[in-house]
Amino acid sequence: MGRYWQEFFLRNGTALALYLLISVACWMLLMIILPQIFMLDFSFRTNVPPPLWGTEAHGYTMEHYQYMVYGSAQSTDSYNFVDLSVFGRTILTAIFVTLIDVALCYPVAYYLAHVASGGWARLMVMALIVPFWVNELLRAFAFKIMFGSTGIINNFLVAIGILDQPFDFIRNGVALYSGLSYAYILLMIFPIYNAVESLDKNQIEAARDLGCPWWRIHWRVVIPHAKPGITSGCTMVFMLTAGALAAPQILGGPSSLWFTQIIYQAFNQAGNWARGSAYAIILLSTSIIFVLCMMKIFKVKLGEIAR
Amino acid sequence: MSADVQLDQVWIQFGDFVAARDVNIHIQEGEFFSFLGPSGCGKTTLLRAVSGFSEPSEGRVLIGGQDMAGIGPNKRPTALIFQNLALFPLMTVWENIAFSLEVKGVGTKERRKKAEELLELIALPGQGEKMVNELSGGQKQRVAIARALAAEPDVLLLDEPLSALDLKLRQHMRTELRAIQQRVGITFIYITHDQGEALTMSDHVAVMSQGIIQQVGDGNTIYDQPETAFVASFVGENNLFKGKVSEISADYALVDTSAGNIRARTSKGKDRLSAGDEAYVFIRPESLKIANASEFDNRIGANIKQQEFEGSFWQVFFDVEGSDRDVKLSTVNDGSTLIHKVGDKVDLGFSADMAIATPAGELAAE
Repeated sequence: MGRYWQEFFLRNGTALALYLLISVACWMLLMIILPQIFMLDFSFRTNVPPPLWGTEAHGYTMEHYQYMVYGSAQSTDSYNFVDLSVFGRTILTAIFVTLIDVALCYPVAYYLAHVASGGWARLMVMALIVPFWVNELLRAFAFKIMFGSTGIINNFLVAIGILDQPFDFIRNGVALYSGLSYAYILLMIFPIYNAVESLDKNQIEAARDLGCPWWRIHWRVVIPHAKPGITSGCTMVFMLTAGALAAPQILGGPSSLWFTQIIYQAFNQAGNWARGSAYAIILLSTSIIFVLCMMKIFKVKLGEIAR
Repeated sequence: MSADVQLDQVWIQFGDFVAARDVNIHIQEGEFFSFLGPSGCGKTTLLRAVSGFSEPSEGRVLIGGQDMAGIGPNKRPTALIFQNLALFPLMTVWENIAFSLEVKGVGTKERRKKAEELLELIALPGQGEKMVNELSGGQKQRVAIARALAAEPDVLLLDEPLSALDLKLRQHMRTELRAIQQRVGITFIYITHDQGEALTMSDHVAVMSQGIIQQVGDGNTIYDQPETAFVASFVGENNLFKGKVSEISADYALVDTSAGNIRARTSKGKDRLSAGDEAYVFIRPESLKIANASEFDNRIGANIKQQEFEGSFWQVFFDVEGSDRDVKLSTVNDGSTLIHKVGDKVDLGFSADMAIATPAGELAAE
């Protein structure tokens, strides 16, 4: 280890090496580690107004985590069905959205990497990227307008006679699923593209030459090769979807809450930072555990994902 | 099962570029056939047309007498061995070998058995559980052959499969490939730019250049009786003298070159020489002799420029008046040292049968 540092300093020069070390350390500490530690700390403390922070009244407690599971003491229900069901639905929807994105992005990534030729491929990549120059909120509103009762989609479906009257895409969650699926689609396409692109075309041809039908080529050759990329994309899309706020806020139906909205309410409306922190920690750790389990199941190592 | 392959007036075009021009070849069932040519001559394109990865723009590809038009590579009775082998790195050796059986829905047990049989054939018994990347270059080579053979093709296509190996291994694999071909008895079509490979392994060789088949024949014929200037200059080493035909008979021509008149056999290709034509005369270095007597049909005055001792033979380079190329002679080292010195003026002699005159034409890049 000592040798490694010595070499690091020799290679970069003292000034640059110090700069790199300090900036990385600051980044990690100030942006990632400290805020999370504060959150963690908050989540285990009683909810008192800011003037009392640090006093004896601001002691440690498990009440917020208990609240998430059992609800308030006054409630007649034995469990906190409202929050638990929102949490469960958020996770399930995030899984669903992730699967949709895999299904959408794998063919696109494969097409970009192995079928499309130069200019056409670049045009496609542009078409994928340019819409993301538009602000996330605006995109969400655009979806809301599109899926609205007099939106272009309803108008079209009614005009060609598939629907008799406009369908409520928003109340039924279709707008939300679409908006979320679209929101992080690039984070799925590019890791898969990177992975698929590195596959030797000859392997595809070899499989074909050995009598393989196209679906089996994907199943046995392309997908195994792209697995790290797919996992990487899934990880990011799942985490970000589960933690999304703007799209659910705008596209969610009146009766459907997203777990992040509950966290948001706790912080900003109820003024209950402690509960908000506890809920945020629950969401974060559930997401991490979920991702780790998936990696275990699909036998992908963390190093491969980062590639 | 083995099958013959027929290329019937095959043209392959990519836009304006003609990769194969009116190719007519009949490859016999069970033979080892090579396409030999420099890179970019269209040999790989032809192979892809046989394997089904591309279709000829015109003409027909017949395998076992059956027209292959519209039949994809996964449905043809061919198996292709890729230049980079294209083994599946995420599968074990035996899964690689048995992949074509897996595709056909053969059960695991039977697949393992078949894979083990093929591992015997390629002299890698018991190595099935390894991953491909644990194997050496030569072993991977053999696994690729086994994987192709497992599909029980009628025709095995090989696209320069030895080019990634080092020299020793390459020479060893030549013998091995030939032996495997004789054991399994199916048609092998082999693509190479290495004339050593083509000449040693093949029953027949087609020499190709710029999309045109220059000559088809067995190794001896290709070497001894080249039909075009390209074949003469591409296969083996040759000394070239350019000139004009001054006299011509049935089998011989007298060519007026800058180094003097040379009598030579005429080539037997499609294009025949006639009096007044531009002609190239080729003489192999080993056919040239330093002559003192007048026993030779042809004599050329030359100055010794350089002598190189190669162990089993000598190479001598000459300046010949009127020729801007060095003339090269090679002679077996029989224990006696060369008696000439650099700068000596000598006569080079050779018989008319050892020289060959072809119509002037494209030459192989040096």
